[in-house]
Amino acid sequence: MEILERLAHTVLAALLAPLLLGVIARTKAAFAGRRGPPLVQPYRDLRRLLGKGAVYSTTTSWVFRAGPTVGLAAIVTALLFVPLGTLPAAFAFPGDLVAVAGLLGLARLFSGRAALDTGSSFEGMGASREAQIGALAEPALLLALAAAASAAARGGGDWSLSGILPALSGASWIAHGPTLAMVTFALLGVFLAENARVPVDDPATHLELTMVHEVMVLDHGGPDLAFILYGAALKLWVLGSVIVAITVPVRTGSAWVNAAVAAGGMVLVAVFVGIVESSMARLRLIRVPQFLVGAAVLAVVALALVLR
Amino acid sequence: MTSLTDLLLVLLVLTGFRLLGLSRLGASIRTAGMQGVLLGLLPLVAGESWPPLRMGLLAGGSMVLKGLVFPWLLFRALREAEVRREIEPFVGFNLSLLAGTLCLGASLWLGGGLPLPGSAPSSLAVPAALFTIFCGLFLIVARKNALNQVVGYLVLENGIYVFGVTAVPHQPLLVELGVLLDVFVAVFVMGITVFHIQRAFDHIDTDQLSSLKD
Amino acid sequence: MLPALCAIPFAAGLLAFAVRRDGPRRVLLVGAAAAHAALAAAVWLEPPTEATAGAWFALDAAGCLFLGLTSALFLAASVYAVGYLAREGSGRREDFEEGFPFANAPEAVFAGCLLLFLGTMTLVCASQHLGMLWVAVEATTLASAPLIYFHRHRRSLEATWKYLLVCSVGIAVALLGTFLLAVACPGQGDGSPLVLGSLVGAGPALAAPWLKAAFALLLVGYGTKMGLAPFHAWLPDAHSEAPSVVSALLSGALLNCAFLGILRAGQVLGAAGHAAFYRELLVVFGILSMALAAVFIVRQGDYKRMLAYSSVEHMGILALGVGLGGSAVFGALLHAVNHSLTKGALFLVAGNVLAAYRTKSTSEVRGILRTLPLSGVLWVLGFLAVAGSPPFGPFLSELVIFKAAVDGGHLLIAAAYVALLALVFAGMSATVLGMSLGETPEAPGAPARPLRGERLLAVLPPAALAAAVLCLGLHVPGGLAKLLAAAAAVLGGS
Repeated sequence: MEILERLAHTVLAALLAPLLLGVIARTKAAFAGRRGPPLVQPYRDLRRLLGKGAVYSTTTSWVFRAGPTVGLAAIVTALLFVPLGTLPAAFAFPGDLVAVAGLLGLARLFSGRAALDTGSSFEGMGASREAQIGALAEPALLLALAAAASAAARGGGDWSLSGILPALSGASWIAHGPTLAMVTFALLGVFLAENARVPVDDPATHLELTMVHEVMVLDHGGPDLAFILYGAALKLWVLGSVIVAITVPVRTGSAWVNAAVAAGGMVLVAVFVGIVESSMARLRLIRVPQFLVGAAVLAVVALALVLR
Repeated sequence: MTSLTDLLLVLLVLTGFRLLGLSRLGASIRTAGMQGVLLGLLPLVAGESWPPLRMGLLAGGSMVLKGLVFPWLLFRALREAEVRREIEPFVGFNLSLLAGTLCLGASLWLGGGLPLPGSAPSSLAVPAALFTIFCGLFLIVARKNALNQVVGYLVLENGIYVFGVTAVPHQPLLVELGVLLDVFVAVFVMGITVFHIQRAFDHIDTDQLSSLKD
Repeated sequence: MLPALCAIPFAAGLLAFAVRRDGPRRVLLVGAAAAHAALAAAVWLEPPTEATAGAWFALDAAGCLFLGLTSALFLAASVYAVGYLAREGSGRREDFEEGFPFANAPEAVFAGCLLLFLGTMTLVCASQHLGMLWVAVEATTLASAPLIYFHRHRRSLEATWKYLLVCSVGIAVALLGTFLLAVACPGQGDGSPLVLGSLVGAGPALAAPWLKAAFALLLVGYGTKMGLAPFHAWLPDAHSEAPSVVSALLSGALLNCAFLGILRAGQVLGAAGHAAFYRELLVVFGILSMALAAVFIVRQGDYKRMLAYSSVEHMGILALGVGLGGSAVFGALLHAVNHSLTKGALFLVAGNVLAAYRTKSTSEVRGILRTLPLSGVLWVLGFLAVAGSPPFGPFLSELVIFKAAVDGGHLLIAAAYVALLALVFAGMSATVLGMSLGETPEAPGAPARPLRGERLLAVLPPAALAAAVLCLGLHVPGGLAKLLAAAAAVLGGS
């Protein structure tokens, strides 16, 4: 039973993550007055892509082929450390939040290297922008998690996601309301940036010059593209579950009820992303660093507030 | 009421950061106005023991002056000016935000080192006041645009006001009204001066005011 | 008496805005100044009564001293201003330095702000409540800013902007210092923690760290207004671009008012037993101001700026004198009187020179003694006085400070003091003598402007001030000496 509980979140995430992409697409469609694709469309896309063969340019090396695989592997590994509600993560050790941030960084590194490997100037530009965004998002993420950890346990808990996130409850909000609110906003900023969403990046754009994430994967096809799509869905889930753990601190006795509520929260996060994408314009590229520095500043203020 | 005071102070710090990161003058003025409204709320939550007349006058006075009149004055000056944003500040906006975090650290450290002898409504009061003061000074030094410098002066005054409200709870009303009046006239005169600078120079960049030197 | 002293300038100032015709307004200006001076003289003659404890407004010895000084200087300046306004008037004119056209501010604004300026300075002198003192000092900035922008052209606008921003920010720092002072006061609940009397009465009960921090901030804040280096950035610009009447008032009256703010803070620190702390700070800033001013006075190309830097130097002397303690405090206060009168006279004469030669460049003005015999004589005498040569007042007060430094064993400071004074003397004498002697230049190429003759209204006020300086050098009247001694005693001097 314990093994089952431990693996439950990973399995759940692996199954449900693409659904989030579907929810986002449906929300955007609803805002645009369309019916939109069915919720399971991402699954169909994945199946279709997996059924195809891949074409590799002769100028690319093994790095190009390794990119999607390593990226997906890194994100799956990161998922193993993330709890949902009070449903525990598969693994936990003190400081694993740094490991999660590092794994996300690893995924980004390999997708960037793969993009550079193609030798295309557009993809190189995208890789450079993604690297810049990632470099700014990572400190914000770590600072926000540190603030959340301090708010959860006042420094007494072990510094693992499984120790921090389930410990947050309604009582934490009463004690550290402003801190947690700021952490939430900082994490939302990181969430949108890491997942290449508006206002940092526009996944729907059709102009290579303005793309960041999308332009990097232009040369991938077939199973590789499926890996990338699936990896993106899982990344959405990983970061989303951190936000949900803070914003929806429902802590009943049953871990399964908590997890179900948290999963509902994930859908809300997806709807939120859809609303943001429908109602906001993309930031100019030179404003993106400021957006992320702002998120980091929020996290710093939160941290200062809780450590004072 | 401690948590409400804390909330106000945190919001105050956040408006400070917002000012550090803004380039559009209109948004800066509006944010300074928001800060004014927050200041007006501060006596209402922090000064429970005050006489109601003083509380009401101070809260109403600063809300109306700093939240409405000052932004209105500055917007009038802005309408005359050709510029809408700070193009090339002496210190860039991201660097300003970074400097802001350093200021925050410094003010927390200083605030920890200078405990108030009386009973402060919140342990965050002195750090928040110091941060706002630093923020205002930084804006004055790091921005070229005259309007932004006026905003910086306002923020500086706001920080000192926070210190006054939280650390010196028994100020005579007359003095505080005098201070408020002075700040009002200062902003008024500065606004007029900015207006004249715009007319005489066709810009309001103070780094180009450099004909007087030895 | 005191309410009338404050009310007269404010009422007259507001009235001046409303009066439409120039003639009555000028009468109002001089009349209000005369009434104010008469009242101040009455206060002066009648020994200041003990301030009732807790009173917000009262005239103690120091306040009385600076009030009388301000009032006398303002009277001279207002008489001069009548002639000045008649000469300058309104309408468009050409800038003599860069040649672009500009207009002057309406005369009503000028006269009204002058009177309001006097009113705010009166408030500064009379404030016993440090919060009110702050309000009044900030008000002086705001009342005088439009005065600096009388000539509506770019350079004066720049000077006004710097003056407004630098002084407002500086004064804001002083407000923080004032609040810290209130925090240092243990019995905050008694309603009036910032009244000078109760602060001094609380004495050693005040919390030392807050008190010291408060003094440092007050010194920076009021020091900015006073023109102590390195916070003097606004001073040369404002003094050189403002009309000479205003420069005279800024230098002779406003700087003293800011100095009074520092003296009040020093009084509190002295009562709390931290006299050594504040004196050291004052000595450092005093020497620094003198040194920096000396550097800029030598080979200064603009004679109004030269006078402005001389003000920085003399403010340094004041700070140094109070910092040295003992009989130097008396010397410093006497020097404040001497400096105000001398610098007032000099700026007024500089206004005459400027009107006649239409340039502020020291190298283009030659032969003042020949062209403007009366102003020329006053110019040279004023220079001798301000540079500290006998038999004028400043010599006497500078000597008192020097003697106190030597007596106190501060030989290094005394040596630096004398060396800097000598340097300033040398630098100023080269400039002033060059301007005064020689032939009237014949402007090459340009149409020779006939240099106008001298008017009584332009010469009499500075002459009166110079005469007073000379008298002070020969004999300090007993009443003044008593007032100075009383003010010095409060500051721990003798």
